Amino acid sequence: MSEKDFKTDALKRVEQELKKCVKCGACRAHCPAFAAFGKEPAVARGKVALCQHLLKGDIELDDATYAAMSKCLLCGSCVEKCPNDVPTDEIVMVAREALARQRGLTTFHAAVGRVIRNRSLMKFGAAAARVLGPLFFRKVPETSGLRLRFPLPFVGGKRHIPPLAKTPFLERHPEVIPGEPGKPRIVFFVGCMTNFCYPQVGEATLALFRHLGCTVIIPKNQQCCGLPGMSGGDLETVRGLAEKNLAELERYEADYIMTACATCGGALHKFYPNLVGKRHPDLAARLQAIAAKTVDAAQLLQKLGLNPEETGAGGDVRITYHDPCHLRTRSITRQPRELLAGTPGVELTEMEGADRCCGLGGTFNVYHYDTSMQINAAKSDAIIRTGATAVVTGCPGCMMQLSDGLKQRGSAVKVVHTVEVLARKLRR
Amino acid sequence: MLEQRILAELKNIVGSDNVATDRQDLICYGYDATQMEFLPDAVVHPGSADEVARVLKLSNREKFPVFPRGAGSGFTGGALPKGGGIVLVVTRLNRILRIDTENLVAEVEPGVVTEQFQIAVEKLGLFYPPDPASLKFSTLGGNVAENAGGPRCVKYGVTRDFVMGLEVVLPTGETIRTGGETYKGVVGYDLTRLLCGSEGTLGVITKIIFKLLPLPEAKKTMLTVFDSIDGAAKAVSTIIGGKIIPTTLEFMDYATLQCVEKRFNLGIPASGRAVLLIEVDGDRDLIEKQADRIQELIAPLGLVECKVAKDAAESEALWKVRRLVSPSLRDVNPDKFNEDIVVPRSKVPDVIRVIEKIQQKYDIPIVNFGHAGDGNIHVNVMIDKSVPGQEEKAHEAIAEVFQAALDLNGTMSGEHGVGLAKQPYIHLELKPEQVAAMQAIKKALDPNNILNPGKMFPLG
Ligand SMILES: Cc1cc2nc3c(=O)[nH]c(=O)nc-3n(C[C@H](O)[C@H](O)[C@H](O)COP(=O)(O)OP(=O)(O)OC[C@H]3O[C@@H](n4cnc5c(N)ncnc54)[C@H](O)[C@@H]3O)c2cc1C
Ligand code: SF4
Ligand code: SF4
Repeated sequence: MSEKDFKTDALKRVEQELKKCVKCGACRAHCPAFAAFGKEPAVARGKVALCQHLLKGDIELDDATYAAMSKCLLCGSCVEKCPNDVPTDEIVMVAREALARQRGLTTFHAAVGRVIRNRSLMKFGAAAARVLGPLFFRKVPETSGLRLRFPLPFVGGKRHIPPLAKTPFLERHPEVIPGEPGKPRIVFFVGCMTNFCYPQVGEATLALFRHLGCTVIIPKNQQCCGLPGMSGGDLETVRGLAEKNLAELERYEADYIMTACATCGGALHKFYPNLVGKRHPDLAARLQAIAAKTVDAAQLLQKLGLNPEETGAGGDVRITYHDPCHLRTRSITRQPRELLAGTPGVELTEMEGADRCCGLGGTFNVYHYDTSMQINAAKSDAIIRTGATAVVTGCPGCMMQLSDGLKQRGSAVKVVHTVEVLARKLRR
Repeated sequence: MLEQRILAELKNIVGSDNVATDRQDLICYGYDATQMEFLPDAVVHPGSADEVARVLKLSNREKFPVFPRGAGSGFTGGALPKGGGIVLVVTRLNRILRIDTENLVAEVEPGVVTEQFQIAVEKLGLFYPPDPASLKFSTLGGNVAENAGGPRCVKYGVTRDFVMGLEVVLPTGETIRTGGETYKGVVGYDLTRLLCGSEGTLGVITKIIFKLLPLPEAKKTMLTVFDSIDGAAKAVSTIIGGKIIPTTLEFMDYATLQCVEKRFNLGIPASGRAVLLIEVDGDRDLIEKQADRIQELIAPLGLVECKVAKDAAESEALWKVRRLVSPSLRDVNPDKFNEDIVVPRSKVPDVIRVIEKIQQKYDIPIVNFGHAGDGNIHVNVMIDKSVPGQEEKAHEAIAEVFQAALDLNGTMSGEHGVGLAKQPYIHLELKPEQVAAMQAIKKALDPNNILNPGKMFPLG
């Protein structure tokens, strides 16, 4: 296919969406990439304008286009506040797909693709270390201990990274953990970060749903959700993963598909249904069905009537809550707060800008690590100012980014997942 | 196209990271909220007033046009580089220099975002009232250059009423100060007021001294629904005649209500033909009394419903009705021309009636809402540009709307300015002698026609 075809082929899919933007500039108030870079190509409006011109054919998929499109955290903040419902996050992903197809994937994203493609989560960790390790070793200083323990594709550079779990979560449990008859059957979509870095989040989630008598199913062959690939424009890989996950998630009859990772939830709920066009109506319908069943752990716990007085304990902790973008843009902001506020011993203090992105942004932080940490610095300061001893959030990706920022500030504030606070009494 | 040697000089002045010539950058500084597009030859981001001055001196020597730009949220194309030249983006000048709590003044750079400034002064118990709907993203420099207004202007006045002094780089590159920090001052011409609303044609604003007020203790919001547009208009004059000046008197006509109801189902009574959103502010006791008094005053005027907010959350819920107007308009038609005529406030029903006739004549939907307290009405002509002939019809309808406002002793534009968009119509409002006087000022200050040429008046 010629370059023109790449552009138009991909961007045609969002042609109507592109027309909706009236260039009002409202996104300037909400886009974290714009706040960091300060120039118009970084803001949603600029990216939309560039895509309009790409479609018209008067600019190319060249370095300047690439630079502009790389400056997006896919956080959806602009979409949430846009008076005209322009889905800039999706538009950027489509543009990145066109860029990836035209220019070939960048070394880094190609490596991400190799790792996340065609591999079950079980084998993923080892593969990640093997394929991506050398790439990052070039960026990490000789003296850094990080050279020895690079865990995941979307982690690299100078950052503090969580250590890999000795036994990944998925290896610890049978596939089906039966609950009480008549109680909901839940498929647990675990996600890479929980599996490899934060297995305690998986354990707490499992404990809570078992406490409620639910049957929890943890399909063994689930894959990476693919968002890191999506972020880089490698939509082919993501489609492949989506199909594999689809087959895996459809294997069991379930009332809900639940995840404790906001990012995975966003992928299943929001991004998967848009992956396939009109050419594959059957596939689209199946992805839509999965999306309709996908819920966040906190959202479902509240719906099923969890009483945090029975399960959770803070031990007099003062906490503050960070809204992960991929929960906030699905309007899941109230549920975790209400559950946390109802937990004995917990005092919830709101930070300034709880709804602001932490700066991770898919693979954004790999290309723009310093900017990503600049965005994160404001977050760390806001957390520290509350005087909280722990910051609680609903996304392992945010957990990593928040820990990194706080550690670099020399702060002792702990980073924990909502389910960990809620399940504290259930610990063995 | 600018010659390489000129680009090199520009880079020398502002640093090479702050001069962009990639087509992508040109595209991103070629639009504003009018949705017109003109690409510049280069985009320049100065970091100080001195750099601004040096850029303007260079542009005079080399004779290339300079287009000042803030956030690019303008509704009339004021910042667009029609004909080419450089876009001079002032958003790097974004410091709040000082807030003087003793003299109630503040000094800021032009790139500060309006709301950021409001938040900063409110933290100190002070108040900067001008509140254009774009305040979350527009810049203070852009607000001064367009003399922006908003709902609170009925009581407090527009941006100009808060500008005490300016630092301005003249089109020829000299830097001057106008006005000052004192409430009084009569030495020389009032250049401050001349520059407010000058749309970036007479100078680049590099510092602004604002007057501040003490922050009112509380506010009270009410949403009132009337069975006729006349009832709502009468309510406005009755409230003000009753010696209460509300902070806000926002009005929505029937067409607007229908749009909002259809999309968001807010439960506004079906017999409602017009809505007034009323807000008073001040001491807690006083505003309770004022709110009661307002209800008494408007009860006989065909009031269908009156909701009074008890707290901030309820107030926000009432404001939502107003805020949802813009997003719901798209359902009527995809494209809109958003005009902002002003008439004396008692003439609001008259002008709405004329607009209804215009709407019937041209058979295109026109939706009206806005600031009833000062007679400033946003007239939204809703069309579908992809339908052949609609855009032409819209322009004819708009000319008639302007004429209607002028016939009622009003003006074509209360907030958005002339820029490029309203140029074809200015002869309706301004006599040739008036235009000549204005052009003489422009010519005296900008002999080479360097700064924002072709705005307000046609080129040449
Ligand atoms: C959704 C929306 C709502 C709006 N609501 C309102 C409203 O309620 N009331 C209202 O009045 N307007 C409103 N506007 C219009 C617009 O926001 C205002 O005109 C605002 O003041 C423009 O500020 P800006 O920073 O975006 O300026 P720009 O659009 O960048 O520029 C506007 C003009 O100012 C000049 N300029 C900018 N900075 C300087 C400077 N430092 N020195 C000299 N000239 C300069 C430019 O050359 C141009 O002519 C709205 C716009 C939008 C998109
Ligand atoms: S993306 Fe939305 S908010 Fe941003 S300029 Fe376009 S319409 Fe306005
Ligand atoms: S998704 Fe986030 S980073 Fe990307 S344009 Fe929108 S607000 Fe900016």
